[in-house]
Amino acid sequence: MARLRAQSEAVGLSLVTRVGDFRGWGNHPVFLRLVSIGLFAGIWEIAGRIPVSFAFPTFSDTLMAFFRLMADGSMPVAYAATLQPLVLGVVLSTFLGVGLGMLCGLWRTGEWLAIPIFIVLQAAPVAAFIPMVTFVYGIGMTAKTLAVMILALPVIVLNTYKAVRNVNESLVVMGRSFMGTRWQVITKIILPDASPVIFAGLRLGVAAGFVGIVLAELLITPTGIGDLITFHRSRADYAEMYATIASIIALSTLTLVFLQWIEIRVFRPEDRGA
Amino acid sequence: MRIVTLQKEATPVPESLESIVEVRGISKNYGDVEALRDVDLDFPRGKLTSLLGPSGCGKTTLLKIIAGLVKADCGTINVDGKLVSAPGPERAFVFQDFALMPWATVIRNVAFGLELRGVARSEREDKARHYIVEVGLAGFENKYPHELSGGMRQRVGLARALAVNADVLLLDEPFSAVDEQNRRKFQEDLIRLRTNQNKTFIFVTHSIEEAVYISDRIVLLSPRPGRISRIIEPEIDRSGDPELIHRDGHYLDTVEEIWQGLKQYVE
Repeated sequence: MARLRAQSEAVGLSLVTRVGDFRGWGNHPVFLRLVSIGLFAGIWEIAGRIPVSFAFPTFSDTLMAFFRLMADGSMPVAYAATLQPLVLGVVLSTFLGVGLGMLCGLWRTGEWLAIPIFIVLQAAPVAAFIPMVTFVYGIGMTAKTLAVMILALPVIVLNTYKAVRNVNESLVVMGRSFMGTRWQVITKIILPDASPVIFAGLRLGVAAGFVGIVLAELLITPTGIGDLITFHRSRADYAEMYATIASIIALSTLTLVFLQWIEIRVFRPEDRGA
Repeated sequence: MRIVTLQKEATPVPESLESIVEVRGISKNYGDVEALRDVDLDFPRGKLTSLLGPSGCGKTTLLKIIAGLVKADCGTINVDGKLVSAPGPERAFVFQDFALMPWATVIRNVAFGLELRGVARSEREDKARHYIVEVGLAGFENKYPHELSGGMRQRVGLARALAVNADVLLLDEPFSAVDEQNRRKFQEDLIRLRTNQNKTFIFVTHSIEEAVYISDRIVLLSPRPGRISRIIEPEIDRSGDPELIHRDGHYLDTVEEIWQGLKQYVE
């Protein structure tokens, strides 16, 4: 969680932390979270009215700009363009990443083949690869989907791999002693036991995927949300620009919360109230 | 009390008892450490046999070899006359650390052995419910392991082993992670439970009192290398109140006798 926070703040997604610590999502009253958001909006409003900067709109102006962008259709259109490579990249990274991570965790040779690459990729400032991706794949969907994937994939693979390697050995032996097949042990024991760490990786990976798509739309070709940000910045429509930025932060946050919900629902029901 | 054998050359089992598990010439090394050396042992059907000894005597290793979870370097295991080398339906294991799936409810944990065998959900849950009652956990079917005490968790482990209806139950220090009060209650319940279940129990423990309290037969193992030093049959009458056994003179004498024998191995 600390890593998620560090990473999201590093790219300016500080709203993520304002909404609350996801670990406690089940037991904190909704009320406290609303207070947290209200407090943030209030501080923003005051900072905008001082004003902190000529280019810093108030919260209320930003909110109005958001409704204007929704009403004139430019934001829905932008999201329609952004979501395609984003969803495609995130879904591919999820399945590919978890699959590869499982394989590396369960199979020694796979581990030696693949893990060093992902360790390097995770350490590398992968945003620097984006011009290279453009060079090879042009400026279309493929390049943008790849931009999402090179950011999202390494952390998903590495977390899944570590989760599988650190699975509770005693449960695996239990599965064997009750005559479970290898496949049953993997699906009924290893996967659920590893799921908290896998999901931690997925949350980091999905957040990184959002970074990837915004970078791609700012660096490769201005389309979708990236275009909307660039366009309103060039016209000095700061309220519109902030509304766009805030909307993608909010979407990223909601996606992560949804992921948490799936995890508890499907894999770890015992954490539901705990 | 009857001392069946003092030397391992003597025949380990009296002719009258039919043995269900036969261990022949089992040796096992872990690197340079000789865990077991040429162990021959028979476990009589329907009895509770304890493997007792100080740490490092290979008792858990022997149990895991019988379970088919650890491969022996040489020697054979026969269960019901059939040679075995992997886990089988006639054996069920109870783990020292319970090995319960934290994400599964009590009933799913108990039914898990049947789930792995592809038994239909309603059928396996009916069976699981029966054994949950049997081990005294009625009403806890839908709790998760973290909501239970150590003793209750091990009852789940025992119910899971009972549910697959194996002839031989292998228990690896099942009470060592259970607190003292719960352990005593559980031991009493185990004595009661045995009278309803026509099963063979092989029980690993390092507690002399526990072994004497519950066992029909105690196999004393000596450490480094692990081999059989004595076999003792406590011959304690357990038909009455299990509470009274702790004050029985015969029980106390047997505990003392075993302690004198094991003392030499304790640094």
